[in-house]
Amino acid sequence: MTATTTITSSESESATDRRPQPKRLNVGRLITWFGLAIGTVAMFFPIYWLIVTAFIPNSDAIARDVDLLPDRLTNENFSDGWSDFQWTRWYRNSIFITVMRVGITVPINLLAGYTFAKFAFRGSKTLFFVIIATLTLPIQVILVPRFLIVNELGLVDSPWGVILPFAAEAFGIFFVRQFMVSIPDEILEAARIDGASEFRIFREIVVPLSKPAIGVLTILTFLWTWNNFAWPLVVLTSQENYTVTLGLNAMQGFNNTEWSPIMAMATLSLIPVLLVFLLFQKYFVQGIARTGIK
Amino acid sequence: MTTVVPTRTPSTSKPPSERARSRRRNLTPYLFLTPNLIVFTVFVFAPLVFAVWMSFHKWDTISPAEWVGFSNFTELLGDKLFWESLKNTFIFGILTVPTSLVLGLIAALGLNQKLPGRVFMRTIYFLPFVVSSVVIGTLGSWVFNDTYGIINATLDQIGLGEVSWLTDPNLAMITLSITTVWARLGFCMIVYLAALQTIPPEYLEASTVDGSTPWQTFRYITLPLLMPATFLLAVLNIIYSFEAFDLVFVMTGGGPGNSTTVLPVYAFDTAFQVRRFGYANAIGLVLMVIIMIITLIQWRVTRQDDIVV
Repeated sequence: MTATTTITSSESESATDRRPQPKRLNVGRLITWFGLAIGTVAMFFPIYWLIVTAFIPNSDAIARDVDLLPDRLTNENFSDGWSDFQWTRWYRNSIFITVMRVGITVPINLLAGYTFAKFAFRGSKTLFFVIIATLTLPIQVILVPRFLIVNELGLVDSPWGVILPFAAEAFGIFFVRQFMVSIPDEILEAARIDGASEFRIFREIVVPLSKPAIGVLTILTFLWTWNNFAWPLVVLTSQENYTVTLGLNAMQGFNNTEWSPIMAMATLSLIPVLLVFLLFQKYFVQGIARTGIK
Repeated sequence: MTTVVPTRTPSTSKPPSERARSRRRNLTPYLFLTPNLIVFTVFVFAPLVFAVWMSFHKWDTISPAEWVGFSNFTELLGDKLFWESLKNTFIFGILTVPTSLVLGLIAALGLNQKLPGRVFMRTIYFLPFVVSSVVIGTLGSWVFNDTYGIINATLDQIGLGEVSWLTDPNLAMITLSITTVWARLGFCMIVYLAALQTIPPEYLEASTVDGSTPWQTFRYITLPLLMPATFLLAVLNIIYSFEAFDLVFVMTGGGPGNSTTVLPVYAFDTAFQVRRFGYANAIGLVLMVIIMIITLIQWRVTRQDDIVV
């Protein structure tokens, strides 16, 4: 089968035109491209407007004249927004919670995923099913009792009250299991014959083989923790213990017309997430394509 | 007595020596699962049992709990706000799920072609996926702001008149849905793109050679092959929509009036504003049962053992 490079009109479906995506310019492709481009602009515009609002004086932001390319720019919103609230604390809290959560969740989910992938033990199927079923469990069902348990443990208003309840989660276990199933048993058996302990096999053979899965898991765990809202809203009661998302929400409640400082702080909160996203885009796409889970 | 056998695919009967080795590893799987099981038990399974218990009690955590039988559930039947929240939940699902799927599919079909700039475009479509729902909600409140928002300012300038995006009870749900679809479309696109890439090009070529139009090829070849992806996305999106809390809470708080009060918001308010814990759990359990039914339907239809979700 030879690739066709005919520059014919789009209508003719000649026998040589077998490639589904012929490399030729035609009206259909042009329309498709324009449609997608308009969609791209529409998708990006809100983010663009978020950033623009962050950089213009608030008086201009609420002036109601539509200026898509403003030339009066300022960084006052960032300094004002930052100093009017406890952002330094809120960032410190968010970073602490995110680092601890990733540091705990990733290793214990790797262990559990590995166990479900490579050991058949009594009750493994049932247990795996029950854990996966929690993926569909709405948080509202367990919100109150979980809060009361966290309260009993003395973790209300503590970062650990946010970190621990999410330390184990079904998605990670499911994802790791799907990945590790394809690790050849022969390698593990060989190590066992050599007398390696089970934990050593996990640490020195399984973990190095699972770097792509660890990458996906780390990035998604980071993203979910950084963006988490409903649970911290319940657990973190005093403002000094807020996370960045709670801070943004609180800021919106405080001043209803100071939009530019709010957008400045929203822009700042996006930076870590966007950086990770742009650097590790492949992992995101892989993670989603493999499992289809958010 | 527990037995441990290393999984092999396909599993075969083990020689005796191997069985002896595996007995040595009897405890290993349980040991490896311990940290997870502790967290799951304390923070998921115990709360779930606790939730069921609470829904049969009247309890505000201060005075002792009082067994009330099914009265929380029977009270739901006569609770107007509950029915309104349930209705709003379904409306929100109907407004968001098909739209996200169709737009995601269109974007995927377009961006599956070799077009200039497609990698960049894919990135932009997918971008909202990583933005937190609080930022999305804040941004939505700003863009759709009745007085200062860019959309109303633009409508005003071109003489079309302003729209009460967030203060008109009939419109607030639509505004929320537009924002939600914007946020979720990229996710649907990625799943569809992955599915499209598994379709062997020969199928499409054969169809073209046989003289079908691009539409016929899409309708009779591509679309049926995308069914598993569509089904998965439908279920996931229904679950997301039914569990939507963050965005609604930030953008409308359930208002104006109760026009955007969905079940999760109602459950949250009942628990943490009114402090009626038992009743809040009854609402949560109704939500759980609805989602369980949807998930079970999915299992029955797809019958895939391995890909559980």
